[in-house]
Order: sequence, then C-alpha cells, then structure tokens
Amino acid sequence: MLAPLSWLKDYVDIDVSAEELQQKLFSCGFEVEELINIGKDISGVVVGEVISCEKIEGTHLSLCKVDCGDKGIFQICCGADNVKTGIKAPCALEGATVYATAKDHVTVEGVMKIKKGKLRGIDSEGMLCAGVEIGVNGDMFDGGDYNGLLILPAGWQNGADVKPLLGLNDYIFDIAVTANRPDCQSILGIAREVAAVLGKPLKQPDYSYTAEKCTSRTVTVTILAPELCPRYIAHYVKDIKIAPSPMWIRRRLALCGLRSINNVVDITNFILLELGQPMHAFDLDTIEGSKIVVRRAKDGEEIVTLDDKTFKLTSDNLVICDGSKPAALAGIMGGLNTEIKDSTKEVLFESAKFARDNIRKSSRALGQKSDSSALFEKGINEYTTECAMKRALHLIQQLGCGTVTDVECDMVTPYSNTQVRKMTVSAEKINALLGITVPAETMADILRRLSFGVKINGDELELEVPRWRDDIDLYPDIAEEIIRMYGYEHINGTFLPTATITNGGYNDSQRAVNKLKSVLAAEGMMETSSYSFYSPKDVDMLLYPEDAPERNYIKILNPISEDLSVMRTTLAPSVINVMVRNMKKGNYDGRVYELAKVYLAKELPIKDFPEERRMLCIGMWGPYTFFNLKGSTEAIAESLNTKLTYEHAEKSFLHPGITAKILCGGKEIGYLGLVNPPVSESLAAERAMFVAEIDYELLCEQAKPFKYAPLPKFAEVQRDLALIAAKDVTCSQIEDEIRSACKYVSDVKLFDIYEGNQIASGKKSMAYTVTFTPKDEALTGEKIDSFIKKILSNLQYKLNVVLR
Amino acid sequence: MQDLDELKQKIDKAVADIKSSKSLHELKMRFLGKSGEISALMKELKNIPPEDRPKTGKLINAMREWAEKRFDSYEKELKDKELSLKYEQEKIDVTLPGVRSEKGSYHPDTLIIDELVNIFAGMGFEIFEGPEIENDYYNFTALNTPKDHPARDMQDTFYLSNDLLLRTQTSAGQIRVMENKKPPIKILSPGKVYRSDDDATHSPMFSQMEGLVVDKGITLCDLKGMLDEFARKIFGEGVKTRLRPSYFPFTEPSVEVDVSCFECGGSGCRLCKGTGWIEVLGAGMVNRHVLEGCGVAPDEYTGFAFGMGIERIAMLKYGINNMKLLFDGDVKFLKQFRG
Repeated sequence: MLAPLSWLKDYVDIDVSAEELQQKLFSCGFEVEELINIGKDISGVVVGEVISCEKIEGTHLSLCKVDCGDKGIFQICCGADNVKTGIKAPCALEGATVYATAKDHVTVEGVMKIKKGKLRGIDSEGMLCAGVEIGVNGDMFDGGDYNGLLILPAGWQNGADVKPLLGLNDYIFDIAVTANRPDCQSILGIAREVAAVLGKPLKQPDYSYTAEKCTSRTVTVTILAPELCPRYIAHYVKDIKIAPSPMWIRRRLALCGLRSINNVVDITNFILLELGQPMHAFDLDTIEGSKIVVRRAKDGEEIVTLDDKTFKLTSDNLVICDGSKPAALAGIMGGLNTEIKDSTKEVLFESAKFARDNIRKSSRALGQKSDSSALFEKGINEYTTECAMKRALHLIQQLGCGTVTDVECDMVTPYSNTQVRKMTVSAEKINALLGITVPAETMADILRRLSFGVKINGDELELEVPRWRDDIDLYPDIAEEIIRMYGYEHINGTFLPTATITNGGYNDSQRAVNKLKSVLAAEGMMETSSYSFYSPKDVDMLLYPEDAPERNYIKILNPISEDLSVMRTTLAPSVINVMVRNMKKGNYDGRVYELAKVYLAKELPIKDFPEERRMLCIGMWGPYTFFNLKGSTEAIAESLNTKLTYEHAEKSFLHPGITAKILCGGKEIGYLGLVNPPVSESLAAERAMFVAEIDYELLCEQAKPFKYAPLPKFAEVQRDLALIAAKDVTCSQIEDEIRSACKYVSDVKLFDIYEGNQIASGKKSMAYTVTFTPKDEALTGEKIDSFIKKILSNLQYKLNVVLR
Repeated sequence: MQDLDELKQKIDKAVADIKSSKSLHELKMRFLGKSGEISALMKELKNIPPEDRPKTGKLINAMREWAEKRFDSYEKELKDKELSLKYEQEKIDVTLPGVRSEKGSYHPDTLIIDELVNIFAGMGFEIFEGPEIENDYYNFTALNTPKDHPARDMQDTFYLSNDLLLRTQTSAGQIRVMENKKPPIKILSPGKVYRSDDDATHSPMFSQMEGLVVDKGITLCDLKGMLDEFARKIFGEGVKTRLRPSYFPFTEPSVEVDVSCFECGGSGCRLCKGTGWIEVLGAGMVNRHVLEGCGVAPDEYTGFAFGMGIERIAMLKYGINNMKLLFDGDVKFLKQFRG
C-alpha cells in the first residue's frame, strides 16, 4: 500500500518528520516497509530565468545568461531546442546533483554532480534541466516529459529551490497492511490511523455535489445474486467531456504507480486509491436498455475484458450485465464493449460491494487480476461504497467534466449491512487480558481518536463501532485497539503468577527419537532433512514394480512443480538423491540418515487422513561395505535392547546378491543393501551407495526395557573353532547350530573368514570364538571338551561343517 | 690367595666386554650365582686349614661385595644407556593427526527444537506433535479463519483433496490439544509445515514451533514475560523483546515479537538491517472464538499462543545465510552441527 506524505496531508495536519511518522505507524501496527524519498537524488537545483540567449555559431548550443535570484547570474551553455530569453527553467548550479541521462535524454543512467566546465570551449557554470534530469515526468508536472527544458511558471521566484515547488520533497510510505484491516488499503484509511496516532483531527474529503434533475433517462439495477453482491449503487452522469485529468490528479496517480487514462477513468482510479473503493464507469450508450443486471454468469458465457482478453465463464463468476450481455466481470475488470472512449457522452458510475470470497475465487480461476479485484478480495465496507459514489460525483463537478444528474439507483439487498454496530465492553476485562491497568478514561480517549462513539458508564464503555471497522468483533479487539495506541512498551513481563504448575518435557516416544538420534550420531551418521514431497520420477528411478505400494503416493493438487508433486511413500529416493548430490560436489565419503514420515493413503484419491508413518533411512557412500551399514543397524537394535536378523532378499533397486531384509521379533521391518550398479550408473554416482530403510514404528514396538542381568558366578571360558564349510552355508546357520548344540554357549563371534588357495575350492574357512558361561558350577576342561565335541558333531551332521 | 686376584681381573675383563644388560645379568650369575665361581670358592673353604679359614672367608666376602658393586653399578649404567636409546627410537611426531572415530551430527532443526524444548520444558510445557496432513477444519476454520477469510491468502496452501491439506502452521495442533485436554494447558508443538513458496528466503517445507498456554488469568504480560525468558536463554543474556501489533486470525490481540539484536546489542548492524531489532516470532492472546470452538469457556480461561520458524532461529543463531542449505544434505554443511 503506497501512501504519499503530500496526499496524507490533505486529511491530517502532519507536523512530524516522515521518519517520525514511520516510527509512529510502526508502533500502532502499520509497518512501513520502505520510506521512499522521491527527490533524494536531486539537490542544488533552483529556478533560473533565461535573461539572454544567443545561438553559438556552428553548434546546436545557445549561450545563456541565467538569473538565479539571490544565487547570482550565471553563464550557461544549453543545447535544448526550447531555450529562449524570458523562460524559466530548473537550473542546476555547481555542486548540484541531478540524474545523468543517456544520449537519448530519456534513459536515466545514474546521478551526476554538476561542475563548472567548458562546452565547445565556452565556459558553462551550470546546467538548465529537462524534467527527466530532475526526476519529473509529465504526470508530475506539465512539460515534464518534453525532451528539452522543463518550463517553469513565470511566477516562480528566481533562485528558489525547485524541489518543494515541483513536489520533489515528498515521501511515499510503502505500508504493510494486515489482513484484518482492509479499511486501511487506502490513503484515507491510513490518514485515519495517522490522525489517531498523532492525536489530530481528521479532515474528511469533500463529498458534496449538486444533482441536476433529469427525466430523460431512467436507470434500473436488478441484483439476481445478492449473496455475491450485497450492495450496488449506480449513478448517471451526462454531458461528459472526456479530457486529460488535471495535473494534481495525474500527479497523485503517478505517485501511487497508476497511469493516467482520462478524466473519468482517472476519477475512478483516484477514488480507488483515496478511499479504497474500486469503482467502474460504463459508457451508458453501450448499456442496452440502461439496465444493469447483476447475476451469475451462464455456463460458457463469454466476456472480453478491457485488456482485450476473452474469458469463458461459469456460474461461479459474477457478471454485471446490461439488457442483454455481460458488461463487466464484477469487481475484476470492465468489459471492452462498455469502456469509456473519447467520444463517451454519458457515464454510469458503479460503486458496489461484492463478496470477497467470490472475487478471489473468480480471479484465481480465471487468472485475471486487477487493483480492483485485489481490494475486493480483502473486503470492502458499504460505508466506503456510499462515500465513493458521492466523492466521484464531487470530482466530476470539481473537474467540470460532466453534469451530475439525480438519476441514481442504490440497491440495498438483505445481505447488505448499513447498521452502526453497538457494543459494550468492560474496562476491567480489557485490563485483565492485557495484564496492566489502563484507566477507562484513557481507553475512551483512544477509542474516540479511532472514530468510535464512546460513552463511559462506570466500568463499562458503550461503543459505536465505526462503520468501516468490520474487524471489530469482541472485547479483545477493543483491547488491541487500546494497547496498540497506548503503547506496547507498557506491557511488562510477568511470569504466569496465576497459572497452575504443570509438569513438562518430552514424553517417552519423543525421548526414544532423541536417543535414536544420539545413537546414530555416535555411529558417525549425519542427520539430513529432505522435502516431504518428491517427483514421481524419483520413484521411477528406483524401478519399483507397477504394483509396488511405493507407487500409491498421494498427489498434491496444486504442486509448485512436478518435481515436488507427490508425498513420500519411502525415504530411499530422498536419501539416494542426497548421496548423489554430495558426490557431484566432490564429497566422496559420507554416512547420512533421515528420520521422517511417509504418507500412506488408505485409498486413492484420498478421502480420509492418511497414515503418517515414521521411517528411518540410512545412506552410506564411499569407503563402506554392506557390513558397515549392517553394523549400524545392529547398533540401533542394541540401543533398543532388541535384536535384528537378516535374510537374503531382493529389492528392485538393490544388488540382487547384496541385499537383505531386516527382521525383528519375527516381523519384517526393513531392508538394506547396495544400490544396484545399473541404478547407480544411471544416476552418475561415482561411488558405491548402500542404503537401509527401517520402519521406525515397527522397530520401536520391539524395544525392550533394560534390566540388569546377574553377573556369572564362575569364570567364562572361550574356545576358538576354525571350521571348513561349503560356500553356501551361511554364517548365521553355523552360529545358530553352535548355540543350539549347547545351552552354556552365551556368545558366538566370527573373527575370520577365508577363501583361497589353502583350502579346497567351493569351501571357506570360518573362525569363531565361542563363549561358554557356567551356570551353577564351574565348567571343567573336560566338560568344555565334551561340549565342543557335541557342537562339532552337530555341525558335521547338519551342515557338513568340519574342523579345519 | 692367588686365585682371588685372578678372579678379580677376570671379572673386570669380562664386565668390560659386556654390551647389554641382559648378558651382564648372565655374567653376574656366572660369578655370583648359587653355583657361581665365587660361591665355589666358599665351598673350597673346607679344604683350607681351620686357622686360615676366617681370614680367607673374609677375603672371599670382600671379594663378593666388590663384585656385586661392580656388577650393579655397571648394570645401572647400561640400563640407563639402553633406556635412553629406546626413548630415542620410540620418539613420535606429536603433530601427526589424532586417530578418532568420526562422530555424526544433528540437523540444525533438531538442535534448535531440542534447545527450545529444554527451555520450555522447564516452564512446564509438554510436547505435542500433530499430523502433518490436516483438514481444512483444524488448519483454518477452527483457527477462526473461515473459507472466505482474506487471511487464507497469507498462506499458500498445498491441497491433497477438497478438504485435506498439508498443514500451513503448527497452530493446527492447538485445536487437537484443546479438544482433548482441559486447562491448565501448556504445550509446545514442533513440526514440519508447508507453504507453496519457493525462493531464496522461503522453502515449501519448513519447521515451526507452536506454544500454547491456557489457564485462568493469563495476560499479555505473561506472554511477554515468557518470551523475555525465551529470548534470554536462546540468544543470550541481555537480549530483550519488543511487542508490536500484528494480525493472526486465531489470536487477539496479536503481536509480532522482535528481539534486540544479539550481534550488535541494538546499535544497528547488517544482521538487524540497522534497526537494532530482529523479528523472530508471532504471538497473541488466544482468540475467544478459538477457545469456544474447542469447548473451553472463554470467560473462565484466557491464554496465549506463539509460533516461530525453527529454520529462522537456526539461521540467526548459527549465522546460516541460505535456507536451502538446510534441506540439501551436503555433508560439508551437516558435519558442522556436531552439537
């Protein structure tokens, strides 16, 4: 929201600096995102009168004597074609700063400092300026666009600083207005706040006009969709003389970034800025039957808007029609067929309130936006709707561009709201919410400054809410009005003196997550976080079969892009992408993990809350093996006092020989393996990548609390066994066999494995340390020998495994 | 005794040839051991006439003492030599790199959330984690943001169906807590949230931490007091907070909370863009409509809520200049957060 200081001064006597006002607005809830000083680059430019002017032979230059009043008379060489004796123009004296332009004298290329110098060998003590050189265009001052000198009025005093005269000492406040304050999306709205915060009276805009009796025309307005158009005012103005707007209107539009079109259109835009009410002007000649019908569009109905775009409409779109056709897309943009033309003689002004939600939806659905739709979306109050029409008619008369008639059609529907709301609030309750004591009198004073009607009745304040304050609802809203004006610096911290003591902290499952993260950190893993959505291509990348559950992803209906369009059903693609990205940056060694949710739909498209299931995914790349990754998963299990088992398995994107499923308590809870070389290659991964994914919820189900196990009374005995087994006998088969052969075996640990020349082909040597823990009595050497014998005979019998 | 002098010479000669403490020991045994040469002389005593025995015995003992001294002092000399040689050989380059098992790291979000939880747990806050996929009711309607409300435009929402969406704010969790728990309520709700925004300073996924207190007599001053405590603990002693008016549909009054710049102490620097203050969170008194909608009597209870962006706090605290780094997974970045 742009608000020029010069415009605000129309309504409030502002006697503080722009910076102070910025601070005051900030403290009452209006952050000035940028304070633009429009003349900040211009200095040292004064009114200069050319008192003599002679052509310099053989050049396009003129040698001038310029009278700059109390600054003196200066000799200046000037190349402009409109320089002549008697004119006044901005004169930049030595040391002045002005805009430097390119050869075209149009494009600004920076700021330059004026020095005395020679042009074609002739001394020049300054520069006579064009509009562009001092930041003035034709909308800010007549002649500002001319590619030559900016001619100043003869009445201006020689030597006077041009900045205040040309309005270059102005500031524009770029204000962030919160969504609850649509009434402040206007100069007047901001002025109201400025008046309140400065404690000054607000001068209202002039709404007066006189209407001429008119019997030659009647206008009818029919509202067929009152729920979308609670209020519609139409007013007929005749004898329209389309012309350019006067300077002061053009200038204000320009300061707020709007282009001047013509007097009638400019009036509607001026009011949009000044009051925040979008208006529309129809060329009444083109309105068939002088009839306005506000209705939902028929499905398939078309309209061509002012910007020459064609839209196919639905019954969700509201249109303003004449006797036969749509004449405007309500609240968004007028129709090309009814636009104001230079030949327009009769105008029908519209000031209306449209339902904000409908305008927003239509604007989004059609992809058509305007300053008008932006305001309607935020919300318009009918008080402003009423004022706007009066103001437009006033301006028509002030500008003399038409005759205001008494033909008006003001349609108030059952959805309209023209009541002044009353409410009663308790000062004590307000203070109880704030935690401080603001006297009721002070509250009343603040509220009056904010245009509330206030009567104090003991502790109670009887209020009349300003009609434009739709946001005021309950007493906390009043509390906010009071504290934002009274000052938040009065809020002093207290520490819940009235609150009940509560016991805080993590719960068990949150503690478990924290513990897992510390276990993983101890294992050397770095925690990553990837987006919860990825591309369907990320799932394709891992070659999941057509019917894989990983493909039942939930789609985002309005994704930012295809790359971020489906909710994760597995974390593996994200972790693999992290590994690949790292390798591309030259990080050839890493261990990472992500603990995050996947989103599992019960049905697609989803109708109900999907399951959000936490998964743990680990990735290792570089100098690691399957067993590094497996070891880390074992460490996780150990921290939960549970045990994992591993079985050979296959997975679409993993090496068929180097993949295992992970089981816990008899349930499959995940997998680990080497990313299949063809997949790695397709991703241009330069190192082997291992990945494990574990269902964290299932894993946690198997966690057991830690209990102390009594220490053995008798010394444990260890024996090493070197065994020869066929290659396809697995380590866990041998381990299981050793354990089941003897109940005293408490631990079996492989410490060496060998295949090669020294043993028969097709065989491998495996060396284990077996630990025997005695129970009730010490184990003698003979006893141990007998266990070993039993173990060996079992191994031979069941697995054909023999002592080496 | 001729023998003794010879023996003495023999020992002297033998000792002089010895180069290591080990062979010296062997030599010592040869002369002084039980069956050594000196012991043998003692055994010879019985063959000497009795009157000569005491004198000879004395001589042999003196000889033994001399030999022991001779051996011991030479042994010490040798050992010292050997030890210093050993030291010389074993000397290491202490500037060689240390051997260590590489520790992993925590995501900055995890570190910040943990720090925040620890601060607020001490004040009696429990942790509540709501679902990330919410419906319109919990994310908007129950938070006093009905369908036609312009505040919906403040957040661009990802929709999964007509009704289901990716939550845009952890505030959605407020409702779930209040529906299931009677006051007193003090909860903290960290988690991921999603908005359709993707540029240098916005990420379509980020994390928030929501705080909610509902009890009897809770005031705006209590909110300020709690935030003062938070600011001091997370950004350092002496950091102050400032409230200024703002708007959220689910709080009234609503405030934006700034902390005094912990980099420059408030005098103005690059971090605070010269203002001396840094915006860190939004907060306010829980809107009566929200309380009512959850079955909490708004005339009996009041409360406050606050919500902050975890990444914003992390970026401020650790001086991270690009939000994208948090979701990229670059190990060079990650390993800096060993916490």
